[in-house]
This record gives sequence, C-alpha cells and structure tokens, in this order.
Amino acid sequence: MKYKSQKVAYWFFALSMLLLTLQIVYGFIMGFAHMGYDGLHDFIPFNTARAVHTNLLVVWLLSGFMGAAYYIIPEEAEQELVSVKLAYIQLITLALVGVVAIVGYHFNYWEGRKFLEIPRPLDYLVVLNVLTFLGIILATLYKGKKRTTTSLVLTMGLVFAALLYLPGMIWFDNQTMDSFFRWWVVHLWVEGVWELIMGGILSFLLIKITGVDREVIEKWLYVIVGLTFISGILGTGHHYYYIGAGKTWLIVGGIFSALEPLAFLGMALFAIAMYRKGEKRHPNKIALSWTLGTAIVSFVGAGLLGLAHTLPSVNMYTHGTLVTAMHGHLAFWGAYAMIVFAIIAYTMPNLTGRKLYDSNRGVLAFWLSNIGMVGMTVAFGVAGVAQVYMERIVGIEFGEVQKEIEVHFFILICCATLFTVGVGLYIAEFLKYGTPNDEALEKN
Amino acid sequence: MLSKSQAKTFFLGGTIVTFAIFLGMSWNTMSNEVPKRTHEENLTPLVIQGKHIWEENNCMGCHTLMGEGAYYAPELTKVYDRRGEGYIKAALMSPVPWSPRGRKMVAYNMSEKDADAVVAFLKWIGEIDLNGFPAKHKYNKSNQPNK
Repeated sequence: MKYKSQKVAYWFFALSMLLLTLQIVYGFIMGFAHMGYDGLHDFIPFNTARAVHTNLLVVWLLSGFMGAAYYIIPEEAEQELVSVKLAYIQLITLALVGVVAIVGYHFNYWEGRKFLEIPRPLDYLVVLNVLTFLGIILATLYKGKKRTTTSLVLTMGLVFAALLYLPGMIWFDNQTMDSFFRWWVVHLWVEGVWELIMGGILSFLLIKITGVDREVIEKWLYVIVGLTFISGILGTGHHYYYIGAGKTWLIVGGIFSALEPLAFLGMALFAIAMYRKGEKRHPNKIALSWTLGTAIVSFVGAGLLGLAHTLPSVNMYTHGTLVTAMHGHLAFWGAYAMIVFAIIAYTMPNLTGRKLYDSNRGVLAFWLSNIGMVGMTVAFGVAGVAQVYMERIVGIEFGEVQKEIEVHFFILICCATLFTVGVGLYIAEFLKYGTPNDEALEKN
Repeated sequence: MLSKSQAKTFFLGGTIVTFAIFLGMSWNTMSNEVPKRTHEENLTPLVIQGKHIWEENNCMGCHTLMGEGAYYAPELTKVYDRRGEGYIKAALMSPVPWSPRGRKMVAYNMSEKDADAVVAFLKWIGEIDLNGFPAKHKYNKSNQPNK
C-alpha cells in the first residue's frame, strides 16, 4: 500500500463479502423451492428470494468495484483520495440503502422489474450515493500527478455505469418500452461498461503481477474494450427479439451478439499472453490464479454459454427458461465475482502488511468454488435443456415439466454446497488478514 | 504492429459508430415499431393500472412475461388466450395460495376490480406482435401456447 487512504477499500470489500454470504443463503432458498421444498413460502416467497438474490449480487459487485477503485485510483494517480471521510459516509449510506431495499422486498416494497426492483424513492438515494463516489474518484484523478490508461478506463466504466442507471428510472405505460429501456441498464451494464471496469481492474492486476510493460498491457486493453463495445452495444438486440420491437433487431442483434465472445476470448488470451510474457514472478500466487481464472471463466460463462442461446432461432425456444439461469450464473461468477475476488486477493496483503498468501486454504477456496459453480452451471443447463424440449418443443404443461426436472435441483444444491464451502474458505482467508493498518505503508 | 494510439482510435471510433447506429435503431423502434406492434391505442387506464399491480407485486419474480422474468412459474404472455379470464381471476382473487401441482403462488386475495385490471393488462400483452414468440409446439398440437 502506497497511500493511507487506500485503506478505505478494505471496508468496501468487507461489505461485499457480507452481502455475498446473504446472497448465497437466498440462492439456497430458491434451489430448495425448485426442488419442491418451499417451507419458507409464507415468509420468503420465491419472488422475494429472487429479488434479494439478484439485487444482493448487484450491490456486492458494485461495492467490490468501488473498493477496487478506491485502491487503484490513488496508486495510479499518485495522489491520496481527496476525502476519506466522504468515502466512509458513502460506504455507510450504500450499506443502508441496500439494507432498506432488501428488507423492503420482504414487505412487498419494490418495483417488479427484473434486476431493477429497488423502489423509485431509493433509486434517488442510489444516484446520490454513486455521485458522491464518482466525485471522490474524479477529484482524486484531477488532482493526481498521473492519468494512466488503466485508471481512465476504470473511471470511464464507472461513470458510464452511473449514467446508464438513469434510463431505467423513466416510467413507461407501455410494457415493451419499459423492457426496452430496462435493458439499456442491465445489458449495457453487464455486456458493456462493467467490462470496462473489469478490463481496468484486470489491467492493473496484470501490470502488478506479471511485471509486463504498462504500455503493452494498456494497448491491448484498448483493443479489448473496443471489441466489447463494438459487439456489445448492438448486441443489446438479443434482448429485443421477442418483446415487441421490430424484426431488424433479429438480424443486427443476432450478428453482433454472436461476436460478443470475441471480446471475452480477447480478454482470456490477453491475460494468458501477459502472464507468459512476464518475467517477474509475483509471490501472491492466489491473486494470480483469480486473475487468470476470471479471464478464462468469463470467456466460457459469458462468451461461449451466451453464444449457445443468442441466435434468434435458438432463443425462440430457450427465451425465458432455465437455460438463461445456466448462462447467468457462470457469466456473473467468471466475469465479475472472480475479478472482485482477484483484486481482494491481491490487495489484502498490501493493505494489512501481512504476507499470508502462501496457503493451501486459499488454493482450496479457488478450486472448490470454481468446481462447484461449474457443477451448478451443468445442473442448470441439464434442467434448462430438458425444460426446453419438454415444454417448448413437445408441449407438455409447465407444471408437469417442473416436476420432471426437480431432480436436477438436487444436483444443483449439492454443487452449490461445494461452491459455498469454497466461498467460505475464501472469506476465512479474508478474515485471517485482519484489518488494514498504517504500518503496512512502510513495508511496500 | 498496432500502436497504442491506433488501439485507442479503434476503441473510440468503434464505440462512437456502433452507439450512433444503436441510437438510430432505438429511435426507429420507439417511434415507428412499438406503437403499431403493441397497439398503443389500446393502452387504456385499466391496462396501465394492471401494469402497476403487476409491478407492485413483483409478478416477474416468479413468472415470465414476453419471456422475461423468473423461471419458477408459467410464461404468461398468452395466458389470456390459454386460460381465459375466469381462471386468471380465480388465481388472483384466491385467499389461499393457488397451487397447481403443489407449487404455491402468493395468495393475493385481490379485489375483483384489481383482478380485472390485471386481466386487461395480460389481454393487451397477448395481442402484441412478438415476432412469433412463444413458438408453436412441434408435437402436442392440442396444447399450443396461443390457441
């Protein structure tokens, strides 16, 4: 750690870990409900569990990204954060808004729009919170000595993510228009600007871990984020096939979303090539595993599994089935959860001054969580494909099909248990480091 | 070999061009396609009220509509055709959880007025031109999604 104010990152990471734990709990509630055990129905019906599960995901990832930015920006700009106090206020209000939203979901206080369930009054607080965050980051960059490509790409991702939240707040009477703009937020976040954030963090980690020249890494970063936007922006069309928009989207969405895996392939090849090129062997091997892991798993989960159902002729049958859940899980895990895990694994020894990364528990955490998540993806895939054939192609009633595929949710829960053990070990590693302290400053 | 500034131009140029195309297509969709395909003239206050109720209860948290939502309960795009008004109202107005084949729905115990609004909303949804979604079944032709 080079700057005292970087310590604030730790608390954002801690909030991330806490919310992730809760997210997993609600995931289990849904898994059991799908299997036929809905004992909690009266207190936590499926739609509540679902809204909590997905919203916690968004909030813990955002908290992780914010923590990453609070660590990376001072180091890249060579400047302390302009206000640490404001950063802590931002952290606390973020947690408060999150908690109020999550509790509200248990009392029918929400807006039933997938992923954007946060009710409108809280939306304004989210906007205020994110503006504070961006204010701190931008002012730090402005005052800083350096403006590196890595920090600019990361900041650009964060600014665009904030801007793209706004179309989701417009009220439409027409469901089609509502959906149309909801995807401006959801799709352009996860298949657009969040990839900028991921690219920025990945580039920072590769510079630190491999020791490859910054100019080389940042050049390829531009190429990758270029590919992301060229394919991803018009790739939004794959959400417009069957919601009441015109036929042109079938062609444009089909072609460009078929190109989307290229950006992820680029990311994977880039990470591997830089690793091989690097002469420096950073002792923090766990951070390296997560860094290479995120690049590779995001290609499989977001790239390949996305491609599997993105063409209009396939999507006609898979749209709105568990096939989407299959892709969603590995994509979010590979691209976004793992990059947050990577930056946490890299920063913890630097924040605390305790170089405890050489541990079997860390390695086990990496493999168990990944194997568990791949198993879950397979279970969702089998259930989804079976659902598509039985319900959509053969024409068996929805409820009958759900009964037939219950068994796959047993497998899902087994794999999810493995995954949870992995994540639990990761969190144990996180806690082992303790809290950050100023003594860590001298050690770097 | 590609230089850093060329890479930057590729990123900025590619982004601006594709985003401009995206905005143009979106404009066309908003102003020409959606009003016709969704029969916007049929968006009565009752339908809009139905949309409000649909959102206030997070129906998408279990069901899909136009293929969007969660995968715990049936797709409802063509439910008005498939089940008819009476069935839908019975499910919404039931004081105990509606639970076909054991999977429970929240007992909304809705008033008849609210249930009518949701029915109007679902009827309007069913008439939207969705480019052929939901697809016709290939085998069990007696149980088509839109009869």
